[in-house]
Amino acid sequence: MSTRIFGSGIRRREDPRLITGTATYTDDLTLPRMVHAAMLRSPHAHARITSIDTSNAAAAAGVVAVYTHADTVGALQPTPCAWLLPDSDLKVATYHGLAKDVVRYVGDLVAVLVAEDRYAAEDALELIEVDYEPLPAVIDPEQAAKDGAPQLHDEIPRNQAFHWTVAGGDIDAAFEQAEVVVSDRIIQQRLIPNAMETRAALASYTTATGELTLWNTTQNPHIVRFLMSGVCGLGEDKIRVVAPEVGGGFGSKLAVYPADFVTVFCSMRLGRPVKWTETRSENYQATTHGRDHVQQVELAAKKDGTITGLRCTVYAGMGAYLSTAAPGIPTILHGLMLSGPYTLPAVKEDVYGTYTNGTPVDAYRGAGRPEATFMLERMMDLLAAELEMDPVDVRKKNLIPKFDDGHEVITTLSYDSGDYPAALDKVLAHADYAGLRATQAKGPINGTYLGLGLANYVEMCGLGPSQVAGAIGFQGGLWESAIVRFHPSGKVHVFIGASPHGQGEETTFAQIVSSELGVDPNDVKVFHGDTDMTPMGWGTYGSRTTAVGGAALALTARKIRDKAKVIAAHLLEAAVEDMDYEDGKFFVKGAPDQHKTITDIALMANVAWNMPEGVEAGLEASTFYDPPNFTFPFGTHLAVVEVEAETGVVTLTRYIALDDCGPQINPVIVEGQVHGGVVQGIGQALWEEAVYDEGGQLVTGSMLDYALPRADMLPDIEVLSTVTPSPHHPIGVKGVGEAGTIGSTVAVYNAVIDALRPLGVTSIRMPLTPERVWQAIQQAKG
Amino acid sequence: MHVPVTITVNGQRYEHQVEPRLLLVHFLREVIGATGTKIGCDTSQCGACTVLLDGVSMKSCTALAVQADGYEVTTIEGLANGSELHPIQDAFWEKHGLQCGFCTPGMILASVELLRTTPDPTDEQIRHGLEGNICRCTGYQNIVRAIRHAAGTMAGQR
Repeated sequence: MSTRIFGSGIRRREDPRLITGTATYTDDLTLPRMVHAAMLRSPHAHARITSIDTSNAAAAAGVVAVYTHADTVGALQPTPCAWLLPDSDLKVATYHGLAKDVVRYVGDLVAVLVAEDRYAAEDALELIEVDYEPLPAVIDPEQAAKDGAPQLHDEIPRNQAFHWTVAGGDIDAAFEQAEVVVSDRIIQQRLIPNAMETRAALASYTTATGELTLWNTTQNPHIVRFLMSGVCGLGEDKIRVVAPEVGGGFGSKLAVYPADFVTVFCSMRLGRPVKWTETRSENYQATTHGRDHVQQVELAAKKDGTITGLRCTVYAGMGAYLSTAAPGIPTILHGLMLSGPYTLPAVKEDVYGTYTNGTPVDAYRGAGRPEATFMLERMMDLLAAELEMDPVDVRKKNLIPKFDDGHEVITTLSYDSGDYPAALDKVLAHADYAGLRATQAKGPINGTYLGLGLANYVEMCGLGPSQVAGAIGFQGGLWESAIVRFHPSGKVHVFIGASPHGQGEETTFAQIVSSELGVDPNDVKVFHGDTDMTPMGWGTYGSRTTAVGGAALALTARKIRDKAKVIAAHLLEAAVEDMDYEDGKFFVKGAPDQHKTITDIALMANVAWNMPEGVEAGLEASTFYDPPNFTFPFGTHLAVVEVEAETGVVTLTRYIALDDCGPQINPVIVEGQVHGGVVQGIGQALWEEAVYDEGGQLVTGSMLDYALPRADMLPDIEVLSTVTPSPHHPIGVKGVGEAGTIGSTVAVYNAVIDALRPLGVTSIRMPLTPERVWQAIQQAKG
Repeated sequence: MHVPVTITVNGQRYEHQVEPRLLLVHFLREVIGATGTKIGCDTSQCGACTVLLDGVSMKSCTALAVQADGYEVTTIEGLANGSELHPIQDAFWEKHGLQCGFCTPGMILASVELLRTTPDPTDEQIRHGLEGNICRCTGYQNIVRAIRHAAGTMAGQR
């Protein structure tokens, strides 16, 4: 059974409820006496609140209550930032649940209104009268750092949230002795994550007991409980946080949010269940965005293509306040990845996190690593062009050779295992790279130019050792937990601390238990996302659920096996050391016919009629697994595009993604993760951007204006893989949630620039819309 | 002011007094508690709220409940025949055509429409037919596979 189930693309265990409309997401819940909250948000990017009059709203039909900042004083603490980056002069601005005196982005919360139904709440919201005195706003993260820029927070000069650096090797010497230097200015535009389910909270406080249950669209319910206990003044023992079905996250449901705490506050005040669900437009304004870097990058190299140093300055927009994990994204998860899959002798990066009058920025799929990969892979192509080498040859010159157990890079990370040249070669062979280049060399056909774009990447995921978390200022642990419980009939319940929301771990985790213990995966039910039911865990993000939680589960299953072996030995009247195990059967070595199955053992352990002396009843175990290192998946992506010079239209004709995430528990699920990730990355390259006007209004404020990838805009993704197990992981797996996104943006970008090289185009600001491509062609023509 | 409506949902007749401005999707989710139909946006872009109105697909956020007066609505809850899944539901399961599942009810009902009007679609026709439905998880590829698979199953059943 073990070999058959591990690695098998079995159907997902979670799907029956999802395909029949019987799954329960937060907004699907209704409780007795429940009332509905609506949030009044700032229409200004930056303004002083001169007066608020809620009297008309409070008197409107169906309205139960209206609250502003003044009502929350003493009852609601500011929303915390939970990644307190050390050695960076970090300055955390106070982020009130409801704004006090000043609003700092369009969407900043001003008041909350509670009514008997949602229509009444929205109606009455318009009756709250607020007078604003507009203040100057700044959106661009680099402009925000300049003298004379509008200041967001009085106590934080130059809007500088932090200044973080990473340095290694002799970067000055690298550039002084460089035979060739290439550079670029790269804008990683702001993106809106767009989980299909908007955020929602249903808070139910019982005044008599002082207990609260919060159903919440979150990727990490235990973090919500932990932080909420401080913000709302409730003991963790009194709080139950449930992440029911959650409709995607991509990082945007990682943060803790003012609106959720405000909803809790309302329930505590009213003693009634209060539900709040974002509209999509509200989601665009108030749920965290991603990326928003201005990057200046230069690469030093020798004439033979050997790279010698990478130097960069990055302005990373944080938005108006520091969201939960925000400071760690453009620093730890970005700067430490600058060596990528290459041997890089020297590096220096300065990252300035700046406050701007935009929606707070936090993790978005890939979170720092796509931005690092983009810089490095862009430099590789520029170097190749400068030296008139093929982009493949420049990369091969610098790739770290195959390693099985540890390789330290200049940023101090120790990669676990990798075979980067093999990944690249496999992609080149699959795509017939040489043939594509030959076709390209024949020149454009009817004004349409062929382009090839490569990206090699390595990512740090499986976050991560808790000792490292502490050292880098993450205000929590990064271990995961699992409980495995066998019932008398041999059926299994698994409880995990992580909180998947579409990634399919109810299936892959059942496969882990199945392969370790020989039970049918259909007999394993996985519970997650309820702090009263599951053990503590730190959540689902950073491609860590399987990489860390999966390890916890595998080790737990092995503890079960060890105990079962002792019981089996007793029942077979043999010594434990004489016992063997295979595919769910325990037997005396050499006598597999006389065996006890795991189901036999589960029954005996539960009835406990005949247990070995000193062995406890029950068949249950748990593990808190703290990984010894991050895991480092890697891969190579190749994009093939056609660009029509006359119109600037880019057509992605092929996309090949090779991702090595170690052994694949369920290859169908892995492929699905790659598809989705790749398409999100393509979206950044070609279509997506959160656009603000100069006054700080979000111009792309709805799905009408923000260009999400649709089915008819994409080719089939050709998915390949290699398998390089992580040497430090119990089952070798590395994580795959973000892989696709990390490689794909720059692969597509490189392909478009490659296509337009004959026309002299070297750089275009993303997204590569027909208009921008056409303008770039015109400018290059002069 | 409330007005009476009679709407048959998944074969069950409902008579209610509703506000004239009540959206059909809110009628389904909040008045009769059929929460399988989802709301993903407020501009009729995402298609998560797609249902069938007398067998023809429509976005239930773009219609008022009063406009559905006298009609039969089919939602995701009404697609299976008891415990027997509709071939499209089964195909989404078989081909991993969903991840978080939030777009799935609308995506499946849009697929019903697609295969009703184009029983043997090409991949291009499938992709074109889905342009009114947004999925952020799957990159659409396995949804296309699922619909192709369902088309084959349904052809075999005819």
